[in-house]
Amino acid sequence: MTYNRLPAAELYPILGIMRASDLLHPRPEGLYCPPGDFFIDPVRPVDRALITHGHSDHARSGHRSVLATRQTLDIMGLRYGENFAGTTQAAQLGETIALNGISVSFHPAGHVLGSAQISVEHQGARIVASGDYKRQRDATCAPFEPIPCDVFITEATFGLPVFRHPPDTEEIARLLKSAAQFPERSHLVGAYALGKAQRVMRLLRDAGYDRPLYIHGALAKLSEYYQSQGIDLGTLEPATVESGGKDDFTGAIVVGPPSAFADRWARRFPDPISCFASGWMRIRQRAKQGGVELPLIISDHADWDELTATIKETGAEEIWVTHGREEALVRWCELEGIAARPLHLVGYEDEGD
Amino acid sequence: MNRFAELLDRLVLTPSRNGKLTLLTDYFRAVEDPDRGLALAAITGDLHIAAVKPAMLRMLATERMDPVLFGYSYDYVGDLAETVSLVWPQTPGNIANREPTLGEVVAKLQAASRSDGPKVLAGLLDSAGISARFAIIKLVTGGLRIGMSARLAKQALADFGKVDVAEIEELWHGLTPPYTALFAWLEGKAEKPRNTALALFRPVMLSNPVGDGDLEKLDPADYAAEWKWDGIRVQAVAEGGIRRLYSRTGDDVSGAFPDLADAMHFSATLDGELLVGDPREATGTFSDLQQRLNRKTVTLKMQQQYPAFMRCYDLLQVGGEDLRALPFRERRGRLEAFVGTLDPSRFDLSPFVDFTDWQTLEELRRVPPHPIIEGVMLKRWDSAYVAGRPKGPWFKWKRDPHTVDAVLMYAQRGHGKRSSFYSDYTFGVWTGAEGEEELVPVGKAYFGFTDEELKQIDKYVRDNTIERFGPVRSVRADRDNGLVLEVAFEGLNRSTRHKSGVAMRFPRISRLRWDKPANEADRIETLQALLDR
Repeated sequence: MTYNRLPAAELYPILGIMRASDLLHPRPEGLYCPPGDFFIDPVRPVDRALITHGHSDHARSGHRSVLATRQTLDIMGLRYGENFAGTTQAAQLGETIALNGISVSFHPAGHVLGSAQISVEHQGARIVASGDYKRQRDATCAPFEPIPCDVFITEATFGLPVFRHPPDTEEIARLLKSAAQFPERSHLVGAYALGKAQRVMRLLRDAGYDRPLYIHGALAKLSEYYQSQGIDLGTLEPATVESGGKDDFTGAIVVGPPSAFADRWARRFPDPISCFASGWMRIRQRAKQGGVELPLIISDHADWDELTATIKETGAEEIWVTHGREEALVRWCELEGIAARPLHLVGYEDEGD
Repeated sequence: MNRFAELLDRLVLTPSRNGKLTLLTDYFRAVEDPDRGLALAAITGDLHIAAVKPAMLRMLATERMDPVLFGYSYDYVGDLAETVSLVWPQTPGNIANREPTLGEVVAKLQAASRSDGPKVLAGLLDSAGISARFAIIKLVTGGLRIGMSARLAKQALADFGKVDVAEIEELWHGLTPPYTALFAWLEGKAEKPRNTALALFRPVMLSNPVGDGDLEKLDPADYAAEWKWDGIRVQAVAEGGIRRLYSRTGDDVSGAFPDLADAMHFSATLDGELLVGDPREATGTFSDLQQRLNRKTVTLKMQQQYPAFMRCYDLLQVGGEDLRALPFRERRGRLEAFVGTLDPSRFDLSPFVDFTDWQTLEELRRVPPHPIIEGVMLKRWDSAYVAGRPKGPWFKWKRDPHTVDAVLMYAQRGHGKRSSFYSDYTFGVWTGAEGEEELVPVGKAYFGFTDEELKQIDKYVRDNTIERFGPVRSVRADRDNGLVLEVAFEGLNRSTRHKSGVAMRFPRISRLRWDKPANEADRIETLQALLDR
């Protein structure tokens, strides 16, 4: 690590009478608030969990009580069954909830449907945990709202200057161009089941694509839920052999989880072109290694420019960097004169991308 | 510039030949002159731009951003051109309303002097987006590496204009970027360009393999037979002081064979086989010939150790007279007289093989008199020399391939239609002392099996995987377990790059030996014996 090691007194500025690390700090189970006695996105079962969004590395089953947005709770119910937690409580966006004298509020993160940042406030000091977030417009979820705070806990999935996501509309235009160029083939779009898949479908609709979209079974329940929340994805058909022979998928666009395309499942499609919608597709070698013919750089995480702009926008005096490439973002903060440190939380992957 | 950048990105990730052709013909259709011609030249390697060194590129980037952040980025991406294209600082103010076209980029780069080259490059990068920046950097660092040969680009031109690729090949060496006249002709807007350049390539005549039952229908008296030499096809053209050696597809390879080019004191077009050695004494092996292949330039020592010569088998044109319409018998007579006038250390005549019936020829083919003979050629006495591969006048009758029984070691997922199949197989043979045998990889093959067999192997791979590395699976293969593949191949070369010390030419799976225990597969010594022959 190359960032400066500041003396403890400077590294943890006094917030009121309390240090920030007394309000929130990492424990093996996840980010813990001792005075409030709750965890944010714990990776192991705990008594009280506050959940930012429904991706499985953030939202796990088996907690005694869960506080999250209505949509995140619904999504957890779809993924884990109705009894995923002892009790649940829905948080309204922007509404303040008191937990053992700590003020907690949820704010849109723009990551996937239901995703929220969690603000934790005590004695005039505020820490905002971003969860995962992005700044590019996304018709399938509420846009990110910057919340002024003292400490901003940012994700860093794409925390390197090489990650710069192009406008998603350009990426979808490339997909449609390819579909027109190769009408005798099918296009298989790998996209994670929660969020990315629905966003890709919605982008196709917004670009005027009105043929049925074929989806892998793993996407069915979540896509139906998105539709029930007023996000129009148009006609979705199951990509099953029963729905037709090989010829019926000629020229089709099929959406499914990336793992399915390397599987025998993919054999039902005629001469498929494999596409993958992910921020990782920015790196050519990644696409090449995965055998991806048409990489679509569509990400639900902030890219480098969004990360750095957001850090500035929150006005935070201190940045804690978590899951991803912490070192580059810490280095950038150092160059900008903003105190920053990696949080070293364990157990988070990049499922959302 | 963006359309060119997008084309490069798609070509590099598109494995299928037809897919590449579609992408390129669509590009020719959508893009105007001179950009499409410049893109074509970039792909065929005919675009000349002064190179910028990697160190300079790196310096341009680190002048503009924190070197530590640049270091993290480069470590992660691993490719300098790509890293610079991604991290290049982009301030809203410096993006022009319109990105530069390929034509503008090329014009600026070609006009730049050595000293202001980096500055011009930086200015262009400032004016472009990420994809275009990558394409610009590829242009100045040389070598697009997009898996597209000049040959395939010419095929795309032929598809685009619905003409025979031989017509493109014949024209090619008289044309220069941006090929405006060529595109106009292909679009039906102008006459075919007339070639006034000297020493042009004449599209070659190719043969068909002898198929089952083909010979029974043919009269041996109608055909001449020659040995099929395992060198490379070459066309020697000298005209008005210009001397050129062309490959089978019309690539100019003169630079690699100055010794042969120097001996071309004639005005004619000869067709023949390029070999090494001294034709009066000994013909070198294919391994020897390989020392001379794929080089832009060649050292004097190399020329002395492996002198190039041409074994001539046709005469297409002499002193301005086109002989191609004459029957082979007449051309051959002219050829014999002509070769007699040439330097005997550089040119000789491809000898006939005497035969009266197919049975005799078959016996001769099985035991050729020289190791670098790979079969016989049959040519109809009355055949004219025509471009392409007409069925009937010329046949190649190859020696049967070698085969070896090897054990499947690794399998890799395929592309396109085969992306859900493990379809690329690395196989090995046994090495080591008795009781300590281990497999050493000797080659990789991805065809030769039927669709049904592919399914069977795929299932075997999935059921017997012991390790995974990305798209590759390592398959259980030891003395007691393993799938034996009969692999056919055309020849074997020594290799210092492979652990086994051998490299197969044209390997393919000829049979699945489900019946054969892994420990009965061949040993490396079997292959080594082939090398020493």
